[in-house]
Amino acid sequence: MSVSRRKFLAWMGGAGLSTAFGTKAYAASNKQFKGYPDTMGVLHDTTLCVGCRSCEDACNKVNNLPQPEKPFKELSVLDKTRRTDSKTFTVVNKYDNSKEPKNPVFRKIQCNHCLEPACASACFVNAFKKTKEGAVVYDASVCVGCRYCMVACPFNIPAYEYDKVLDPKVVKCTMCHPRLLEGKLPGCVEACPVEALTFGKREDLLKIARERIRKYPEKYVNHIYGENEMGGTSWLYLTGVAPEEIGMREDLGITPAPNLTSGALAVVPMVAGLWPVFLTGAYAISKRKEKIAAEEQAEAVSKAVAETNTAAEEKLAKALEKAAKEKEAAIQKEVKKALEEAAAKAQEEDKEEDA
Amino acid sequence: MSETAVKKIFFRPDRSLLTPFNITVGIIMFIGLILTIMRFTGGLSAVTNLDDNYPWGLWIGFDLMAGVALAAGGYTTSAACYLFGMKRYHSAVRPAILTAFLGYALVVFSLHYDVGRPWRLPYPIFYSPGTTSLLFEVGLCVALYLTVLFLEYSTAALEWLGLKKLRNIIYKLTLVLTIFGVILSTLHQSSLGALFIIAPSKLHPLWYTQYLAVYFFISSMFAGLSMVIFEGSLSHKYFHDKMDETYLKEHDGLVLGFAKGASFIMAGYIVIKIIGIAMDNNWHLLGTGFGIWFLVELLGFVALPCFLYAVGSRDKNFSLIKKASLITVLGIVLNRLNVSLIAFNWYLPLKDKYIPHLGEIGLTIFMITIGIVAFKFIVTHMPIFYEHPDYKDSH
Repeated sequence: MSVSRRKFLAWMGGAGLSTAFGTKAYAASNKQFKGYPDTMGVLHDTTLCVGCRSCEDACNKVNNLPQPEKPFKELSVLDKTRRTDSKTFTVVNKYDNSKEPKNPVFRKIQCNHCLEPACASACFVNAFKKTKEGAVVYDASVCVGCRYCMVACPFNIPAYEYDKVLDPKVVKCTMCHPRLLEGKLPGCVEACPVEALTFGKREDLLKIARERIRKYPEKYVNHIYGENEMGGTSWLYLTGVAPEEIGMREDLGITPAPNLTSGALAVVPMVAGLWPVFLTGAYAISKRKEKIAAEEQAEAVSKAVAETNTAAEEKLAKALEKAAKEKEAAIQKEVKKALEEAAAKAQEEDKEEDA
Repeated sequence: MSETAVKKIFFRPDRSLLTPFNITVGIIMFIGLILTIMRFTGGLSAVTNLDDNYPWGLWIGFDLMAGVALAAGGYTTSAACYLFGMKRYHSAVRPAILTAFLGYALVVFSLHYDVGRPWRLPYPIFYSPGTTSLLFEVGLCVALYLTVLFLEYSTAALEWLGLKKLRNIIYKLTLVLTIFGVILSTLHQSSLGALFIIAPSKLHPLWYTQYLAVYFFISSMFAGLSMVIFEGSLSHKYFHDKMDETYLKEHDGLVLGFAKGASFIMAGYIVIKIIGIAMDNNWHLLGTGFGIWFLVELLGFVALPCFLYAVGSRDKNFSLIKKASLITVLGIVLNRLNVSLIAFNWYLPLKDKYIPHLGEIGLTIFMITIGIVAFKFIVTHMPIFYEHPDYKDSH
């Protein structure tokens, strides 16, 4: 059943190569992806926002979301800091104003539609897509519900339908992508009574924002939040106080999310390519060691046997020599004895003759 | 298998079914079943405390992250024996492979509870692959490695079933499977850490580093070695009668060898952890609350057992080594929970932090119990701690 090695390596290679050559991420090169040309966005000028919640109301209607517990006219909701959830694509929060304590700051939260979205790069079934219009859209028909997109999102935006059994979805603002295709404005932008939200080409919005900062330097902090954060986002923010003070993190950096993981992914084909060589090598070395050990052992045994044999032969030869010498000596002794006896006998006979 | 044989295996007429072990298992299984029904009729919110800030909870942090690390004994032991020529540890391979196989099988099983639409789990591989995702790599490797472990384990099952031919064919694949297993383990053990590289703003800087992947891989090695020692000492206690002479003869040497190995790797791990702090210049954070917690993890659950292993293997002090293995196992669990839950979203106020639901804890215990029961069944019936008489000297 197992997958062939070739196929596996192809997959592994694909995992790494797609980060190098993919259209989504320009990782592993020094090119910077500045977003699709003419991509759209929204500029949120927090100094203009009055916290009326009209945008929340409009978003709710446009997207056919369930009615909230308290009506959108109820402003006491603002006393608590909220985040987006499965029934709310956008919320407005109230923050203390360090510059003018009497006038609180309001900020709208929704998906920022990153130029290179963390959710899209994290999704292992490609359920998220950055459209050329600027919206990051989600396809529920392939979603497995692993929620890695929620782990990955630096802005804590995607929410999940934890109470659904068969068809739980990840939920987030769509920048009203279907309405954009029809040539309409996003619901929230259309509903804003004080023009705190401006829809347009991202490039134009950046120009507008810069112009406002230039004109009213005392009113704005010299920073367009979203211009570079996490590689840039389609939603841009102008603030009168430090972004951190109104709940926007300033420590996110300017690295697009796909670049963060490209190093780890680039290692994959290397491991798949080199490990088999190293491991087979290790195996061959240990096999060779065993073989050499066996050979050395055999040699040592035969040498020992040979040594024993020579020793035994020498001993035998010595023994034989000794035996031969002893035999000779014995013979000589016998001969001598016989000669003596013969001589004695002859002497006796001579005596008898003399007598 | 005949019906009587089946009966003999599952219901021993000579033994009462109402042993304390069986009763405990029965209760846990019953609760697990109820929780399963609740999960698949009421959704995740019925049995978990997961929320939009904490999309991953105990099932990912413990069952998956810690589970996979502790199942690393499979690749470490088989690599040591078959690739690096440490033949004297041969008898430890089968128990380690079995533990790993059951571990991974349970990881995949518990994933079915955690993801929203479990029937779509094959989608990333077969239908809509998102190759830019590290989770894609984890999924692909775990799926393939589970297959490899199944094949490696299957020789024992086939010997038990008497299917000699098939067993011999798979047995011939041992070397290829081992090499394949090491590649897959390297990749997914490290990718589990790399999963968090995409969230620099969420994970506490002491745990977040570009080296997360390396840390996870290196720590999986001593996690695997420690788990083999730990699991071996438990097996010694409860399955002593199943072990043959070779196993018992080799066991002490294995414990000493693995303890020494683990001690060395842990020393290296401490060094690279310190390098990580130095690279990001995070020294000043060590004085904070999270810094102390970080030091507890590094000194109490890595440096201490590293030292105990070294002393234990020098003095041949087996009880000390056993203690060290338990501390190391707990330390790995702590590290994985720190990365995925405790130091994750560290800036959130305490009231917004995630605390597991009783249902999550119950189902985690349910998973562990299934593992123990399966392990017990397999080692009592299949040649795990002993060589099958028909296949003597085939190794």
